[in-house]
Amino acid sequence: MSTHNIHLQINDRPHDASVEGRLTLCDFLRGNAGYTGVHVGCEHGVCGACTVMVDGLAVRSCLMLAVQADGCSVTTVEGLSTGDGPLHPVQQTLREEHGLQCGFCTPGVCMTLAALTQGEQKPSSETLINAMSGHICRCTGYQGIRRAALRLAGEAVAPVEDHG
Amino acid sequence: MKPAPFDYYAPATIEEACGLLAEAGGGATILAGGQTLMPLLALRMSQPFLLVDINRIAALKGVSRANGHTRIGPVTRQNEAIADTTLGSAQPLLVTAVKHVGHHQTRNRGTIGGSIALGEPAAELPATSVALGASVEVRSARRGKRRIAAEELYIGPYATALEFDELVTDILVPEWPTGTRWMFKELAQRPGDFALVGLTGAITVQDGKVTKAGLAWFGMGPTPIKARQAEAALLGQSIDQVDHAAIAELAIADTAPFDDHHATSEYRRTVGRRMFARALRETLEARA
Ligand SMILES: Cc1cc2nc3c(=O)[nH]c(=O)nc-3n(C[C@@H](O)[C@H](O)[C@H](O)COP(=O)(O)OP(=O)(O)OC[C@H]3O[C@@H](n4cnc5c(N)ncnc54)[C@H](O)[C@@H]3O)c2cc1C
Ligand code: FES
Ligand code: FES
Repeated sequence: MSTHNIHLQINDRPHDASVEGRLTLCDFLRGNAGYTGVHVGCEHGVCGACTVMVDGLAVRSCLMLAVQADGCSVTTVEGLSTGDGPLHPVQQTLREEHGLQCGFCTPGVCMTLAALTQGEQKPSSETLINAMSGHICRCTGYQGIRRAALRLAGEAVAPVEDHG
Repeated sequence: MKPAPFDYYAPATIEEACGLLAEAGGGATILAGGQTLMPLLALRMSQPFLLVDINRIAALKGVSRANGHTRIGPVTRQNEAIADTTLGSAQPLLVTAVKHVGHHQTRNRGTIGGSIALGEPAAELPATSVALGASVEVRSARRGKRRIAAEELYIGPYATALEFDELVTDILVPEWPTGTRWMFKELAQRPGDFALVGLTGAITVQDGKVTKAGLAWFGMGPTPIKARQAEAALLGQSIDQVDHAAIAELAIADTAPFDDHHATSEYRRTVGRRMFARALRETLEARA
């Protein structure tokens, strides 16, 4: 069993650690680095809750080893907005469109949407909706997430009915 | 669950990787994108004592064209392949197939070579490699290089002709002549799922006649299945005289679908028959 010294950026802060080869990136981020916004559901790549950004790309952190992130820049949901500051546009849109209930899937959903909307050019609604197939949400029935994704692609969507 | 302990190496060269595989004598596993291997490790269905991570080997990445072939480095990520303009113009069928592999998030890590080396019978890329007549170049420390045609690579579900010490170093896809039309259909329960029934292929039409055909099924047997009888029957036919249903019947005759908790073999055959006939008609009727 090998151990490895790794050096990476997490949410723009440098981190050094010594990790066992078999430690997954999600367990490292939660257990060693304290970023518990990384949610771990299935641990085998199906649910999408553990999605983070590695060098700007949305990936499943349960399907990467911590040692593989050596030299990388990782962003978790904690890196999207600061403390009491304003929410990240993706978070704000999900909130306005009722895109979450229990919130278990939400950090992963946020990271995929944030990764795909970070460029100058808005992604197509098709791109965002297709990427949402990589997330399982047991609560919302997806309609709120879908509306948020459409809005983030620049489409106008009908306001949510208020059932008071 | 968590993976069982293992040693981990990330060699920088092909030679080093092959050396490690040879030395481990079967106890090592290659880690590419990890989108299949990591779940197997987490479920402890795979328990190697050594993991050879090939992600840091620069020589295994990228796409180039030479001598009528497109050469794809196995560690090219699936999303990189989709964005690659060289690949898009040289191998549009392959790019269409890659878009059906998993989800955006898994394609950011998953590799072309990992999918081809795994040999999942319901996967898009092994069948597309078989249809296009692709081959893989592999290297081992003791026996050097050899080339394996995709058709000979797949032996059974997740079983390939690769030896334990062999690393796939290149994927070679022949470029098809002008006048080639592409055919791709997949039925899956949700986008990103493995196929219940899938069909992929290329048909070259010159002067209104079929001059070349490569067609393969996925999800229709223990390996990708080449629709040999249908290919042979199409050759030389005028495209406006093809009996789509009859060719579909020949294509189904080559399959060996199974029952599982998603669908029965009978369902797969019924869907496959219609899917094939419709795809063939659409492909041949499309304006060149
Ligand atoms: C939620 C989800 C959905 C998915 N849906 C699909 C789908 O619809 N269709 C589909 O085809 N796949 C699907 N996959 C699997 C796909 O994402 C994988 O990328 C692919 O099967 C394996 O590629 P990889 O690079 O991740 O390889 P790895 O998981 O790293 O490796 C797979 C196997 O290939 C071997 N290997 C890898 N590279 C080489 C090489 N160069 N030489 C020799 N052996 C090698 C490894 O040792 C291992 O046995 C899905 C995965 C997930 C998690
Ligand atoms: S915990 Fe990673 S995909 Fe479910
Ligand atoms: S909000 Fe509960 S799982 Fe999505």
